[in-house]
Amino acid sequence: MHAGIIFLLVIIGSVLFHIFTPWYWTDIASNWGGMDDTITLTFWVGGGVFVAVCLFMIYCVFRYQHKEDRRAEYKPEDKKLEKILTWATTLGVCALLAPGLIIWNQYVNVPKNAIEVDVMAWQWGWQYRLPGADGKLGTTQVRNIADNNPFGINPDDPFGRDDIMVESDVINLENNRPVKILLRSVDVLHNWYVPQFRAKMDAVPGTVTFYWFEPNKVGEYEVLCAEYCGVGHYAMRGGVEVQDKADYEVWLSEQETFEQLSARYEKLNVDGNKLAKK
Amino acid sequence: MSDEYDNNKSYQAQSSEVIDGSAGSVNPDIDYVRPAEVGEQDLYHGHSFIEKWVFCQDAKVIGVQYFLTAVFTGIVGLILSWLMRLQLGFPGLAGFMTAEHYYQFVTMHGMIMVVYFLTALFLGGFGNYLIPLMVGARDMVFPYVNMLSFWMFFVAVAVLMASFFVPGGPTGAGWTLYPPQTILEGTPGSGMGILLMLISLSLFVIGFTMGGLNYMITILQARTRGMTLMRMPLTVWGIFTATVLAMLAFPALLVSAIMMTLDKVLQTSFFMPTILKAGEVLEYGGGSPILFQHLFWFFGHPEVYIVALPAFGIVSDLISVHARKNIFGYRMMVWAIVGIGGLSFFVWAHHMYVSGMNPWFGFFFATTTLIIAVPTAMKVYNWILTLWRGNIRINTVMLWCLGFIVTFVNGGITGIFLGNVSVDVPLSDTYFVIAHFHMVMGIAPLMVIMGAVYHWFPLVAGKMLHEGLGKWHFWITFLGAYSIYFPMHYLGFIGVPRRYFEMYDSPYMTSAVGMNEFISIAAFIVGAAQFILVFNIIKTLKTGKKAEQNPWKANSLEWYTSTVPPEHGNFGERLPVVHRWPYDFSVPGAKDDFIPQTTAPSEVIHTEVEKT
Repeated sequence: MHAGIIFLLVIIGSVLFHIFTPWYWTDIASNWGGMDDTITLTFWVGGGVFVAVCLFMIYCVFRYQHKEDRRAEYKPEDKKLEKILTWATTLGVCALLAPGLIIWNQYVNVPKNAIEVDVMAWQWGWQYRLPGADGKLGTTQVRNIADNNPFGINPDDPFGRDDIMVESDVINLENNRPVKILLRSVDVLHNWYVPQFRAKMDAVPGTVTFYWFEPNKVGEYEVLCAEYCGVGHYAMRGGVEVQDKADYEVWLSEQETFEQLSARYEKLNVDGNKLAKK
Repeated sequence: MSDEYDNNKSYQAQSSEVIDGSAGSVNPDIDYVRPAEVGEQDLYHGHSFIEKWVFCQDAKVIGVQYFLTAVFTGIVGLILSWLMRLQLGFPGLAGFMTAEHYYQFVTMHGMIMVVYFLTALFLGGFGNYLIPLMVGARDMVFPYVNMLSFWMFFVAVAVLMASFFVPGGPTGAGWTLYPPQTILEGTPGSGMGILLMLISLSLFVIGFTMGGLNYMITILQARTRGMTLMRMPLTVWGIFTATVLAMLAFPALLVSAIMMTLDKVLQTSFFMPTILKAGEVLEYGGGSPILFQHLFWFFGHPEVYIVALPAFGIVSDLISVHARKNIFGYRMMVWAIVGIGGLSFFVWAHHMYVSGMNPWFGFFFATTTLIIAVPTAMKVYNWILTLWRGNIRINTVMLWCLGFIVTFVNGGITGIFLGNVSVDVPLSDTYFVIAHFHMVMGIAPLMVIMGAVYHWFPLVAGKMLHEGLGKWHFWITFLGAYSIYFPMHYLGFIGVPRRYFEMYDSPYMTSAVGMNEFISIAAFIVGAAQFILVFNIIKTLKTGKKAEQNPWKANSLEWYTSTVPPEHGNFGERLPVVHRWPYDFSVPGAKDDFIPQTTAPSEVIHTEVEKT
């Protein structure tokens, strides 16, 4: 008897925990509310099935406890019941799968007006690059990376000259403008993840991966690495600052382009040579 | 030679006997069972202590050896989990705990529990002990290879444990061993540690292949007369299907281990692209890290079912026996096991939705993954429908089964979250994943293992485990484990990433400090509670109540051996002849509420048996 009661309390406790939990989603700050909605839907359907199955089990435990003088029912199969259950489950599964796939379709199709951001990861940190006036990022290669070319931009690529280098672990984004995050890594796997934006994707060395979102809440957010990348994984943090258009433009104008950076290094070199000659 | 090989049970004696000798049968024709097509195997009986207990060819001894070795690794894994929880609940309390150590413990805990504990325990342990007994064979078909299988496993465990003592310590790459970090500096144990891990895994696969061939061929070829495939206990179906999966999946692990070893030792570039490390470009180029992930999960996802399917099978038998009712929808259960096994090879990339593979794969793998929920749900329905209108003994074994249902359904439902591609995006790589897979493939199979231990201990040792201690063991484990993993899902909702040595003061994390402390304390208690079983076993072996033959009144063949515990050769002079499925419980018109598989139809002629 007590077994059934304890199981019942576990189920009631689970439901109450879910209702009153102080631990739940961080406030969403992007367009991916659909993900949250699908989770909520899955919670209702899945949670309902969990509670129903467990309550039925507990009912059986109470109702059909062992008695010496009683016999269990003998009924090896019930085709009709099995058929009903199969189709009901299939239907439920489809109902959950459909919204999931619809949102995935949005996730993999990036809007045309999205601004591209090159997120470059290494053990253990981040840096960012934005396209310049031409709206295109220059191509890159790991072997090109040097002090005067921190992103490894191909020097011959005309699109790369005006690229904007953000040599900081914080990137500013414009509010309500879609962003296409282009991820790459120079060493191991990483993952640029902001819980409030919901979205994530691994950065894989040797290739460029992407995902997109549209920030819709001004503020500062913490970036976490979400793919294990060695002993410094837990400390690999960064930041995002979502700003209104005006503030964002001001910030953008303060950043250095690849051309300016190259020029600065050239000057440094020239000055250095002069010093050496003197 | 004649005293080494037991020739008494000759082929002639078996096959000439067309009708089983149920004396005084009313109608001999209904008792007809086809004669055996092949003769009985010769068994090599050990003579010395070493042959009987160390290098032994008896599958039952090998099963116990597998079981004890796996439990040893499980205890190591348990201690590692305590150390991890110590750091997560009370950071800084253990002075020796550096990030390096933490990641090494995480990695070894994961690999030990999945491969060396659960897989070895279910297939090597229960598989070896139960398959020959349940299908009515005298032993596995290749006893010598079976012995080698265990010793290969033993060496694999020794190599794995040796990695704790090499310079740099064991690998800390995470149990998934994702390159490139696995073999680069910056990951703990990227020197000797990872090499020993790869060697140990390779040895495990080789040893396991030897055992797996045995399980498969014994089930296919060595079943006793009348034991058709559709009369096999679901335990055997579960172990059989899991073994087939293992034979197909483990090669993927083996080749990826070999390729990674080459990447490490010979600087090949199977998985290694151009890499810039500390300002220098390494001697790699052109390899694909994602290729490794595909290979790993092509093994890794079937691996989940390699653990789950035997658990499904065993729990079906336990529920049926202790509810005194036939398993509901036996054929559906068999096809669900086979279907889940087949589908499990088409879902692997649901571990990789955010891995950077072509995102269009997401549609395919989300669909296949959610399809697998249908046969799985059918199994759950059939378990609870077996309880329905049963005559349920609420003993320790049944409690573990009920605990299994609760934790398995809970973990299965959260699997639907993670399988549904876009829902996975915010939850992947967070504590939600940790909670999900511990619930569904940690706690749930563990519940089955425990239930199986309490159920079959009287057969293995001839003594009954103490019920009171068993119930304490169950309640502390179930309630404790549930309160570890249920709230942990909510850490994942907050967005807390997994594999974090420390969270610092991330704003959304500070609120969860209390929860982490609670989870850690629960983990310490649950871990400690497992020693109740150890105590129970020792106490029972010393002073326990002697078990009668077939104490649970079950039908399957393992309870109808000539001696308890069964001796080498299992069934005495004659192999049993099977006339029915093992689930004839509470048949209307029968004298007892169970009809053993060996009972001929003519002996129960007035009963309303539906399925035989």
